[in-house]
Amino acid sequence: MKYALIPLLPLIAFMINILFGRRYIKDKAHWVSVPAVIGSFILAVSAFMDVKAGNVINIDIYNWIASGSFKVAIGFLIDPLTAVMLIVVTSISSLIFIYSIGYMHGDGGYYRFYAYLSLFVFSMLILVMANNFLLLYFGWEAVGLCSYFLIGFWFHKKSAADAGKKAFIVNRFGDFGFGLGVILIFLTFGSLEYTHVFGHASVIAGKTINFFGYDVGTITLICLLLFCGAVGKSAQLPLHVWLPDAMEGPTPVSALIHAATMVTAGVFMVARCNPLFDLSPVAMNTVAVVGGVTAIFAATIALVQNDIKRVIAYSTISQLGYMFLALGVGAYSAGIFHLYTHAYFKALLFLASGSVIHALHHAGHHDEQNMQKMGGLKKHMPTTYIVFILATLSITGIPLFSGFFSKDEILYRAFLGGGLGKFLWFLAALAALMTAFYSWRLIYLTFHGKFRGSDEHEHHIHESPKVITIPLWLLAFGAVFAGYVGIPPIFYEHGDRIGEFLAPVLGHPLGHGTHAEEIFVIAVSILVALAGWFIAYTMYLKKTELPQKLEARFQPLHKLLFNKYYIDELYSKTLVQPMLRASDKIFLGFFDGRIIEGVVNGVPSFIASFSRGLRRIQTGVFSSYALVMAIGALCIIAAMVFWK
Amino acid sequence: MESTALNQIDYPILSIIVFMPLAGALLLLFIRNASAVRWTSLFITCAGLAAALPIIASFDKTTHLMQFQEAYEWIPSWGINYFIGIDGISVLFIFLTLLLSILSVLVSWKSVETKVKEFHIALLVMETAILGVFVSLDFFLFYIFWEAMLVPMFILIGVWGGKDRIYAAVKFFLYTFAGSVLMLVGIIVLYYNGSATLDILALSSMRYPFTLQCWLFLAFFAAFAVKVPMFPFHTWLPDAHTEAPTAGSVILAGVLIKMGAYGFLRFSIPMFPDAVKFFALPIFILSVVAIIYGALVCFAQKDLKRLIAYSSVSHMGFVTLGIFALNTQGVEGGILQMLNHGIITGALFLMIGMIYERTHTRAISDYGGFARIVPWYAGIFIIFVFASIGLPGTNGFIGEFLIILGAFGAHKLFGVLAATGIILGAGYMLWLYQRVFFEGYKEGLSVHDINFREVVTLLPLIILVFLIGFYPDALLDFMHPSVEHLIEEFRADTNGKNIFSQYIGLHLGGR
Repeated sequence: MKYALIPLLPLIAFMINILFGRRYIKDKAHWVSVPAVIGSFILAVSAFMDVKAGNVINIDIYNWIASGSFKVAIGFLIDPLTAVMLIVVTSISSLIFIYSIGYMHGDGGYYRFYAYLSLFVFSMLILVMANNFLLLYFGWEAVGLCSYFLIGFWFHKKSAADAGKKAFIVNRFGDFGFGLGVILIFLTFGSLEYTHVFGHASVIAGKTINFFGYDVGTITLICLLLFCGAVGKSAQLPLHVWLPDAMEGPTPVSALIHAATMVTAGVFMVARCNPLFDLSPVAMNTVAVVGGVTAIFAATIALVQNDIKRVIAYSTISQLGYMFLALGVGAYSAGIFHLYTHAYFKALLFLASGSVIHALHHAGHHDEQNMQKMGGLKKHMPTTYIVFILATLSITGIPLFSGFFSKDEILYRAFLGGGLGKFLWFLAALAALMTAFYSWRLIYLTFHGKFRGSDEHEHHIHESPKVITIPLWLLAFGAVFAGYVGIPPIFYEHGDRIGEFLAPVLGHPLGHGTHAEEIFVIAVSILVALAGWFIAYTMYLKKTELPQKLEARFQPLHKLLFNKYYIDELYSKTLVQPMLRASDKIFLGFFDGRIIEGVVNGVPSFIASFSRGLRRIQTGVFSSYALVMAIGALCIIAAMVFWK
Repeated sequence: MESTALNQIDYPILSIIVFMPLAGALLLLFIRNASAVRWTSLFITCAGLAAALPIIASFDKTTHLMQFQEAYEWIPSWGINYFIGIDGISVLFIFLTLLLSILSVLVSWKSVETKVKEFHIALLVMETAILGVFVSLDFFLFYIFWEAMLVPMFILIGVWGGKDRIYAAVKFFLYTFAGSVLMLVGIIVLYYNGSATLDILALSSMRYPFTLQCWLFLAFFAAFAVKVPMFPFHTWLPDAHTEAPTAGSVILAGVLIKMGAYGFLRFSIPMFPDAVKFFALPIFILSVVAIIYGALVCFAQKDLKRLIAYSSVSHMGFVTLGIFALNTQGVEGGILQMLNHGIITGALFLMIGMIYERTHTRAISDYGGFARIVPWYAGIFIIFVFASIGLPGTNGFIGEFLIILGAFGAHKLFGVLAATGIILGAGYMLWLYQRVFFEGYKEGLSVHDINFREVVTLLPLIILVFLIGFYPDALLDFMHPSVEHLIEEFRADTNGKNIFSQYIGLHLGGR
């Protein structure tokens, strides 16, 4: 089957680059990887057409593991959901692969970069194409591995090596739950195949499982465990801490892995498991609340950050929160829709900020990611400026840009979701206000006003080369128009084409609102988007002294936000440090060293003292031996006589 | 148990494999030149593997019965026979032993410069003893091989070991010997309780009174638990591993410590099923403690080899956990994890030995930035790091996943606790990798990268990591009938499906 080539092409590119890159291919590595990923894209388009024609491909390639009743295959499923993901992953990968030719040019690890990036694309495609939970888990862990390699790409920097390790380990916490969820699925359903599990979900509904003495709904437990994995991979509270640090990686990596594709794996997975989640209101509410709270939580942090990539990183966390909010209120296709539009505008934001960083770096600027040291770049980098504006219009939900359509759909669905839904809608609308604020703040600090570095540097700032700007333009096209596949029916009756396309997998969201409600929600979202824009405009363009005044006025709050609510410090103090101390002092020092070794070394010394005593009877003095012998003989004779 | 001879090969192939290294050791006595000794030793170990290849072709994967049996009378008056054979479990360990022996010779090529002849003699004698343990079907024969292993390992550590080699060697010897003596008592009791036979298959098919089972179980447990090593009998392992020469560590980690778990499978479970059921919960607890405790202690290690040694405690905890889950996935995962651990930890010790030859230090703090200095070495090392962490696509994942699946099926709480091991494992291994290869690049340090001989040494293990990771059925197929049979017999003997059902009513399913 030709679609197996979709993941295989990048895998082959990885193998060629990793084996021969160092010595032979070197700075020609893109000649291997770029054609491979474009090949995958072409095949993905053909798969999409195939699915659009009504076909669903579900095929086992070979038997992977068999042990007793446990059987699982390497097999692929291409249905509408996978088809959409295939397009997102391969199209954005292709653009970012091309962009990286310019961005990574001259880096000593050029071949390594393309090797890892190709391996990532392979893993991500396995993740979305799997037809069973274990292969999904395979892709899930493999993208984490690539993320580890790519975050720590400049591993000689301790911060980069630390960030890579942190990402992997924090994700392991989530995967711990995810893995148990997979195991529980097998023990419950006797299979890990999607079709079998989802087909039998209603049979299991209502059954309970005794867990640590509590009766829990089996489906609920499975869903919550799976969701643990999503929380880790998609950087939701409380496992979000790795994603901002992941910005240590090269910017194309941030765009591809930590914005457009890998971090959305959690959203994809929950959407994929919608037949299970549908059966558990508890799990659904958990997803919605975690998503809604994360959306606003991350947005508050983004308000005050100065590192250009970190602002976008927190924005990603916040937007992922929106997607989970959509899933949690049962609007799966809205979640996937937002995943799809977000992939374009967020990849664009990252790549455009990469263009800025690239230009400043080559101008000799040392603090190249600090927005407080930028300013006035629009005249030096007009293309970058324009695409940045387009992406910002999209993410802030200005009408007619793609982010508007998907975000509005989520807000509307949340609004219809009862009391909890209304509350979450309120949080999400508030987060939208903040999104508009920090996005425009970023623009004004970076591109407007006066350059806040040295003149020497300013003199050397140039627009990025074509190999960088062309992918930016293509992504900008996506950021503006991607949303037109999902126009709300209120504007155009058959507008929600993506919803219809996904409906066979994700179903239709429940509940219908009135026109008035729909218009109210749309009006509010437009209003908050404009309000956020206006506040940013006032603070950073008109009254530029205002930010400092506010900072001084609300200093504790600013400090709290600036330090990301001190969550990293909290984890370090309560988890990492105590564990390291305990392992050294208590386990190794006291338990192994004193108790066990005490016994082990105590026995020989006991024997030694015992044998010292024993030695006294082997004195070598013949007369005492004779005496003992005589007594012994007497005893034996006596025994033999009296025993009978 | 029926014991039809299934010898499809008309020459005594097992005896040839087992005694070829011993014959080689005798041959080495007459060779003076150190280089000739190395080549001869390499030739013999390779010939051993080659001689075993027909087994793969003619092995019957549909039966649990012992294959390639050979039986000769030895001391008829005591019912002692020379009786050997292999089933789907032991066959895998035969091949692991044969492979690791070759690699041990290769890795010692440059690192052993003194008493070369004696070193290789010890290595070959040990190979025979280890192979003998895995093929023996007579207790007397088994015990001889079991104890014979100790001597060459004792010598390897004591003569070619590191700074504290004498302490480590004596500790290793006394520890394991103390366990073995109790097993010897157990064997003697079995002999008098059975019909004066030492035939392992015959003894396995008998039923013993419950109290006797318990005493015998404990006697055997002493030997096996030390060997595994299970918590809290593990403290000999870090010393022995750390002080042993590279080849010794590889054999020790690769196959020697597998014998304890093998003993549980071959003797404890078939012979004392009621006692196994009785003691299963404490053993489960000890296994989980080993997993977590072993992993936590890794965080405090400052020595490369000690860290890997303690990680072995954690990984072997997974093995005993899987075996005592006593369901198909658990036991098969346990066996696979033993092989995996042999491959992965064997490889890690090989690699540490290689870098030690260049830097002469094992202290983690002496390293840093090595990914720049020795990039190929770093690239291969990370494969085994991730295999050790249990990343899908590597062999480590298949083993750990099946074990956790089995353990979770047997007892949810312990399945969950064991799964925390995968978080901790990622933590200490990646931290180790970071400290050695990433941060703290030392300018001007020149260490040459991995050479051709070393790549050849590691290549079979790299292939196995991915082969088992992507196609584990290649190995699992061998063990299915034997494991199914083991579990069926056990369940028939103990009238129970889930081993822990008598403790806590943790059942899946409906209201």
